[in-house]
Amino acid sequence: MSDSTDLEELRRGTDLVKRGFAQMQKGGVIMDVVDKEQARIAEDAGAVAVMALEAVPADIRKRGGVARMADPADVEEIVNEVSIPVMGKSRIGHTKEAQILEAVGVDMIDESEVLTPADDAYHIDKRDFTAPFVCGARNLGEALRRIEEGAAMIRTKGEAGTGDVNQAVHHQRTIKGAIRELEGKSHEEREAYAREIEAPAELVHETAEMGRLPVVNFAAGGIATPADAALMMHHECDGIFVGSGIFGAENPTAMGEAIVEAVNNWDDPERLADISKNLGKGMKGDANVDLSEEEQMQGRGV
Amino acid sequence: MTLTAGVVAVQGDVEEHAAAIDRAARERGYEVTVHEIRESGIVPDCDLLAMPGGESTTISRLLHSEGIAPEIRAHVDTGKPLLATCAGLIVASSDANDDRVEELELVDVTVQRNAFGRQKDSFEAPLAIDGLAAPYPAVFIRAPVIDDVGDAEVLAAWDDRPVAVRDGPVVATSFHPELTPDSRVHGLAFFENDAAVVPELEDHQ
Repeated sequence: MSDSTDLEELRRGTDLVKRGFAQMQKGGVIMDVVDKEQARIAEDAGAVAVMALEAVPADIRKRGGVARMADPADVEEIVNEVSIPVMGKSRIGHTKEAQILEAVGVDMIDESEVLTPADDAYHIDKRDFTAPFVCGARNLGEALRRIEEGAAMIRTKGEAGTGDVNQAVHHQRTIKGAIRELEGKSHEEREAYAREIEAPAELVHETAEMGRLPVVNFAAGGIATPADAALMMHHECDGIFVGSGIFGAENPTAMGEAIVEAVNNWDDPERLADISKNLGKGMKGDANVDLSEEEQMQGRGV
Repeated sequence: MTLTAGVVAVQGDVEEHAAAIDRAARERGYEVTVHEIRESGIVPDCDLLAMPGGESTTISRLLHSEGIAPEIRAHVDTGKPLLATCAGLIVASSDANDDRVEELELVDVTVQRNAFGRQKDSFEAPLAIDGLAAPYPAVFIRAPVIDDVGDAEVLAAWDDRPVAVRDGPVVATSFHPELTPDSRVHGLAFFENDAAVVPELEDHQ
């Protein structure tokens, strides 16, 4: 047996370790929960992680006012309840909320437009943290700017709390379309494109060579049914965030289990048909075409 | 000659394993076709298998509901090689100390999930592994610890705790050899394990 290990050479919080955490979430469903009881139901339904927050986006919308980080005591309770990773949401640009979440022990921080932005010009400098971050993006420029700031995972910025998958599809198509376009460009055209989308040239080249984002790319916002989740996998997302769709449904356990199975069977229509049967009422939702620009969350932090 | 490989793909970092298998095979002059296994019926055709990192509770649940679990047991029973990493190790173990995981009992070890801590404690470090000439760049992510080794042979330890083991045709690691471009652990598991049989290679000897 080898035991000539050198503990001095241990390194934490490297890009490899942060991005590696996100890679372990692939093919999985991350579920929004507001307390430990919901966290337990989510874990039992097969969630790969839970997102701890004070209220699901649908309720944040209804309630109005300033939406902030959840009470750390509640987050801690959830951390202690489940064995799967726990994520927490901080406001965009709110370095202190993110530090508090890291101190509580969350495994990933979502710098999220679902909460009220704390800074209208800057995002958190995520490289300073040991904890990895996930950030939303509507297009390739936004995604690469967040990665440059240190995000280890990107998710679409679909309209949270609406139960309408339309915007998540739109963002994913926009990002994938831009990458396909990039693949056909020469070196100098890619440089010009980087300037046009206000993204770092190095990341633009890396994306073009890989034919995908350099970090894991999840779908989020408006996913409410197993079919919605399967649709986002069809659009080449690496996994799914479900917010109000699970606990806004009549039977959260059945809906949670069904969405997990749908992600695994996204390309098998007959299995999807079985999975989608008799789940009870889904979340009611609001078609997001009716939302004014002010009511939309996706324009926050670009 | 083309090998047939499978990566259990119900959840986790599947593409990374597929790429590592491809590199390890090519370095030895073999062609390989890698299948992603999300349903039953594919494992029996595979010469070699990998079980990836991910969430062991999710992977365990789907392996059983999709009917893949007994096929993996049969694969190992016939002596074909399996590499199980992190969550894969937990699922393959004889005891995961957790009701949320239904173990496949393919490696005679007991494990503790997340025993190295939460994500903030995750780390990378060079690791000495039996059978490899130079240290291996190991990445540990919310990694499990092997705390009781039965018939398995310990290949590597970190801070006096076993993190890589071999039990017959199965090699299992707490860390993620699929996350770095170094495919030596995949080579060790699939092509340099005397206790494992790769049918396609046997047929051509």
